[in-house]
Amino acid sequence: MPINLHAATRRELFLASGALFAWAYMPKIALAEGRDPRLLVIVLRGALDGLAAVAPVGDPDWVALRGDKALTLDGKTSALPLDSFFALNPAMPNVHRLYKQGQAIFIHAAATPYRERSHFDGQDVLESGVGKPGFTDTGWLNRALSAIEPTGRVDGGRKIFAAGPVTPLVVRGPAPVMSWTPPRLAPASDDTLMRLLDLYRHTDVDLARVLEERIGLAAIARSGGMDANPGQNGAPRPAGVAQVRAYFAETAGAAAKFMVRPDGPRIGALAFDGWDTHADEGVASGRLAALLGALDGAIAVIETEMKSSWRETVVAVVTEFGRTARINGTDGTDHGTATIALLAGGALKGGRVIANWPGLKAAQLHEGRDLKPTIDVRAVIKGVLADHLRINEQALATKVFPDSALLKPMAGLLV
Amino acid sequence: MAVDLKFEAASALHRFGFGPRAGSIAALASDPRGALLAELDRPSIGRISDSDLLTSGEAARAAFDFRQVQRAARLAQRAEREINANAAKNAVPPTVSQAPADQIPSAQPPAMENGGMEAKPNQSAPNANAAPRNPGPGIPQQIYLEEAKVRIDAALSSEIGFVERLVWFWSNHFCVSADKGPVRALCGAYEREAIRAHVLGRFADMLNAVESHPAMLLYLDNARSIGPNSLAGVFRGKGLNENLAREILELHTLGVRTVYTQDDVTRFANVITGWTIFPPRQEPMRGGEFNFNARMHEPGPQKVVNRTYADTGVDQGRAVLSDLARHPATAKHLAQKLARHFIADQPPQALVERLAKRFNDTDGNLKEVAKTLVTSPEAWNAPRSKIKRPGEWIVSALRAMGVTPPDVRPVMQAHNLLGEPLWRPTAPKGFSDENAAWIDGLAQRLDIANQMARRVAALVEPEAVVDAALGPLASAETRQAISRAESRPQALALLLMAPEFQRR
Repeated sequence: MPINLHAATRRELFLASGALFAWAYMPKIALAEGRDPRLLVIVLRGALDGLAAVAPVGDPDWVALRGDKALTLDGKTSALPLDSFFALNPAMPNVHRLYKQGQAIFIHAAATPYRERSHFDGQDVLESGVGKPGFTDTGWLNRALSAIEPTGRVDGGRKIFAAGPVTPLVVRGPAPVMSWTPPRLAPASDDTLMRLLDLYRHTDVDLARVLEERIGLAAIARSGGMDANPGQNGAPRPAGVAQVRAYFAETAGAAAKFMVRPDGPRIGALAFDGWDTHADEGVASGRLAALLGALDGAIAVIETEMKSSWRETVVAVVTEFGRTARINGTDGTDHGTATIALLAGGALKGGRVIANWPGLKAAQLHEGRDLKPTIDVRAVIKGVLADHLRINEQALATKVFPDSALLKPMAGLLV
Repeated sequence: MAVDLKFEAASALHRFGFGPRAGSIAALASDPRGALLAELDRPSIGRISDSDLLTSGEAARAAFDFRQVQRAARLAQRAEREINANAAKNAVPPTVSQAPADQIPSAQPPAMENGGMEAKPNQSAPNANAAPRNPGPGIPQQIYLEEAKVRIDAALSSEIGFVERLVWFWSNHFCVSADKGPVRALCGAYEREAIRAHVLGRFADMLNAVESHPAMLLYLDNARSIGPNSLAGVFRGKGLNENLAREILELHTLGVRTVYTQDDVTRFANVITGWTIFPPRQEPMRGGEFNFNARMHEPGPQKVVNRTYADTGVDQGRAVLSDLARHPATAKHLAQKLARHFIADQPPQALVERLAKRFNDTDGNLKEVAKTLVTSPEAWNAPRSKIKRPGEWIVSALRAMGVTPPDVRPVMQAHNLLGEPLWRPTAPKGFSDENAAWIDGLAQRLDIANQMARRVAALVEPEAVVDAALGPLASAETRQAISRAESRPQALALLLMAPEFQRR
């Protein structure tokens, strides 16, 4: 696979058409301990509905809140139990298996310090590591590299390695970026297509007709047997599921293949789009289930490709914010606040859901509508960076997550 | 009033130019019409001054030399094969027969010379009978790509792009095709020498430059057309090719089903026999350049569209072209096409008539016609119904996002995917200027938009791009769709696909 070294200038970012992840060599301290840790960050863009991914089935207000969209242990599609209170979306059997093996941790009711509801700003806060929007030059993962003492090197320096057609902000910064060009570009998602169709229907009927025809043709192509693995209940899968699964798996697999190499990167990042489920969310068998299934598959691919290095690996899955606690008028959820973060990997002391549960009664919701954040997702990341990569707390509090000295790294996440 | 002017500025940038860049709308808002007129008056506007570019003669000779080297290599290869085949018959061990084919140096036929932009899979198996390996683009393709980059850069860097749009219009009106024989190396030089040089000059001069240009003479076969009674015709027994004469009458000047007959076509073809090029094989200094070869020219007077032209050699053809350029049917035909390109598939008749009249009144002064176009009320009142042609849309998207691709090849690939490969129309009529031809390609545009958006999303702020590229043209629905997008790439893709950005 060709790898290109790019200085992460804005110009180079345009040139780097490829998938990207962050790349760094072993921290000296970890090496001294005989460890060789890997960290892969996956950003879910669009805001994951944390309540649909990990349902608080033990909360007495849960079913009342979501009605027939509430995942339960005894529903038509039963959620997978995690503990006495939480259960996992059934689209994620691999992650459930890892959880049972003590290799996955969910952090619930977590959020960044961002409290507005703009995707762009929310993603910037999540990835820049700065407490407020407007800082888009460098990401926390890149700055974390500057905090790692470089080892005696074969390659000439610290590097960032990133996958995905857009270089995620989280890896941008002074450390050079290595890019990998994936064999396939992410397809224009069905979500984009549907949004465009909606726009055309309201503004330009001729253009709407053309897009409708394309969607019709695509449906015919799919029914022609390309996807031999229909969705649950025999219902046709939402459009493009096979493509999305393939893209997630291919990108994640490529990341893992690089990271497993003895001379390969140790830190990476990639981003998956499509989580903005305003309408027809499809928690149990529709769009969100398909996306969660694709994510589940991607994590399984990483586990497989990492081979024995999986026991030294942490995969951190984060999203810019959560979604409304209640279902909206179009069987979806709107932009919210708290959600989940997911850690997976053999290096974890897993099999736990970490939460300071805020409750789901109306008065307990943030601004009367969103799951209230009770854990700062930066504390989770700081915990991983501190214990996994051995980045010192001073650097974490000033350089990696500026002005976060009062926010202690979450302890005890790792074995 | 300020709001209306801003709206007009944004409309004008899309309709007459290549779309706004950052700050364009504000820059034009004080006087949109005046800005368009001012661009027409800018010194050497429309010209490209790049001394590294080859003239059409230089390009033709470079391409010829390249083909000679290839041909030599092919012949050498064939000779090797024959020697090997004979050697094999004489029971030489078969391993030896494999080796020489591999030693042939890399000068091989260019897979891309006539085959377009699509990359072809390399032949990797070292098999003496297999097609030779592709060594990369040959000289003609290199020249083509250099010219393509210059053209795209000119469109990207233009202030409004009105004159560049006129260049694109006339280049398509007088199209040649890179897919025809030796034309690939010449299309860029052709556009510079025949179109740009006269884009704001007299139509008669452009017509003369076009029809006597080697690229056109090769494209429409006139270089090989021989008067039956000329010395060459009598001696070689070869004859007339009507192709160019017909297309001049049908497409370039009067228009189809107007005032000419089949006899006019034949006699006009006779008139322009001898309009050919110096053969590169015999003319190392002038090869590939225009040559009036009297030995190929049909002797005698010819009657074309009701007028008889005495045989004055090359001037006989020039006289016909000069009259065709000034024929009222030509004015009407061109006015219709201009109005269709810029304003509407079915342009207002009053506008067409005004353009034709201006054309007639000014002896085909194209600058005056362009001025009439942008000062006509219809040019501003017409609804924004035209779907941008693929090339226009690609350039306007790059301008909106403020990026200049360092490599022109992805831009060319986007042209190809959207059905408008540069300088490669499928017929002498050029690419269509009607919505019906392009609307079904909209779905492909979404894929291109998605790719472009993903590449530049790290560099730009979608809301700023909306303001810069659409400004007052953006509907509330479009703004809402962009602001609610789940990511910057999605927001940008929606912007590039918005009806206000697709239509002008």
